[in-house]
Amino acid sequence: MSVVLSGVKLDNPVIPASGCFGYGYGMAEFYDINILGSISFKGTTREARYGNPLPRVAECSAGMINAVGLQNPGIDAVVAEELPKMRAVFRKPIVANISGFSIDEYVECCEKITKEEQVEIIELNVSCPNVHGGGMSFGTSPESVAEVVRAVKKVVTKPLYVKLTPNVTDIVAIAKAAEEAGADGICLINTMLGMRIDTRTRKPVIANKMGGFSGAAVFPVAVRMVYQVSKACKIPVIGCGGVESAADVIEMMMAGATAVEVGAANLRNPYACKEIIEALPAEMERLGIEKLTDIIGIV
Amino acid sequence: MYKRDKYTVVSNRALSAKTMLMVLEGDTQYIDCAGQFVNVAIEGKFLRRPISIFDYDEKSISLVYDVVGEGTKAMSQMEEGTVLDLLTGLGNGFSEDADCQHPALLGGGVGCAPLYNLAKKLLARGVKPVVILGFNSAADVVTQDMFLQLGVECYVATVDGSVGTKGFVTDVIREKGLECDYFYACGPMPMLRALCKSLEWPGEVSLDERMACGFGVCMCCSVETRSGAKRICKEGPVFSKEELIWK
Repeated sequence: MSVVLSGVKLDNPVIPASGCFGYGYGMAEFYDINILGSISFKGTTREARYGNPLPRVAECSAGMINAVGLQNPGIDAVVAEELPKMRAVFRKPIVANISGFSIDEYVECCEKITKEEQVEIIELNVSCPNVHGGGMSFGTSPESVAEVVRAVKKVVTKPLYVKLTPNVTDIVAIAKAAEEAGADGICLINTMLGMRIDTRTRKPVIANKMGGFSGAAVFPVAVRMVYQVSKACKIPVIGCGGVESAADVIEMMMAGATAVEVGAANLRNPYACKEIIEALPAEMERLGIEKLTDIIGIV
Repeated sequence: MYKRDKYTVVSNRALSAKTMLMVLEGDTQYIDCAGQFVNVAIEGKFLRRPISIFDYDEKSISLVYDVVGEGTKAMSQMEEGTVLDLLTGLGNGFSEDADCQHPALLGGGVGCAPLYNLAKKLLARGVKPVVILGFNSAADVVTQDMFLQLGVECYVATVDGSVGTKGFVTDVIREKGLECDYFYACGPMPMLRALCKSLEWPGEVSLDERMACGFGVCMCCSVETRSGAKRICKEGPVFSKEELIWK
């Protein structure tokens, strides 16, 4: 079941997605998290952030919308407090998810996190608004994605993956821009922009009005984008979006993913990743798959 | 520690037009104090529904809940024998051993729920609380009879004055001239704000918010406190009066 992401060997391709697993140690209250391939930790910024006002979450058919707003304790507290707690219970490679509102912020955070033991992959979340670019998300233009990747690439010593937003017209152009700028891999998809209205109060359910839609409903969109990007790029792709089962993991890998992140499913079922990993061997046997690496991008 | 397990509905009945009492049987060993909650998975709904524990013993959990949306409506229609997937052991509940001799238990609407087991715990250690419950109208009044059966004083306030004191729980405190040394409260935010601002007694309140996970990883229910951001599902739902910031 093992896979390799830019030289980093994972025992299996299953990675809890950023924002759905905290810094891991909280989930160790449910099961031994060393069964996981890796963990992508909660999106971390330079400064501590409280995030958006409440309510931050809304129910949807086969999914949910969240507008947490990147609440996190800030890079220094993550390095000093969260990572030691994470390493105390988790001995596998860690994916460090880094966010920023300016190129300087990305660079500063990555410079710090790249030195950390057990952080084997850095995952840049480029879905946040660029405060110097009129608030438009870094991830919505090939030029700004390339710019942030080039800047960060100069300071990191670990493989750099870029987590892309699906809220764009041409995902392939953006993925290729990241690849040409030196990214070692692509992760997609982040959440899709969505909204719910409480028809009784005639107001948006979420205080921030809009938020990121995730869950089983977005799976076909994720499979499509993973397929398009993996065909267009040479660098590995981590597939993410609506994965809930071992069958979904295999489908995502057939679309072109080398590893697979599981997000919202953890929030309903804290054992989701464990159950998926445990179900993978039987699903592989049922489909006549000897090694998972044999099916990556087979479609 | 947390526990996910299957629980069987043994009864599910209406206490009023909108409030239900569901009793479930199953493993309760991870519930360790009054004021904790369970997160209920409902078929066809993506997110679980966080519901306060009204009461529990070695093998059963009682939930008092309002039917407010599709999820709780589905719960209200569940028959005896229905098997539910619950997460238990969630949240930091009330301090059952708070330094007090005569505490007030103040509930607003369905916020009466977590106070019931608390009243039992307090009685068990020889502390006799006074319970005051606030509702909109006489038709909404629930659980007063159950508190009375415990042998505690239990007063009711209604906004329209159709039963009990007209007004809010604070009006009962004033009218009866109640002298307490501590308070425990659960109810809508405006009520909790009013209590924390007006009562001189030390106390603690249980907050209610939309949640996703219920076990502290998604950050959907964080509240700013005097000691930084806290998760209502993990460090809460109960916070001391001093810890909360009322704007």
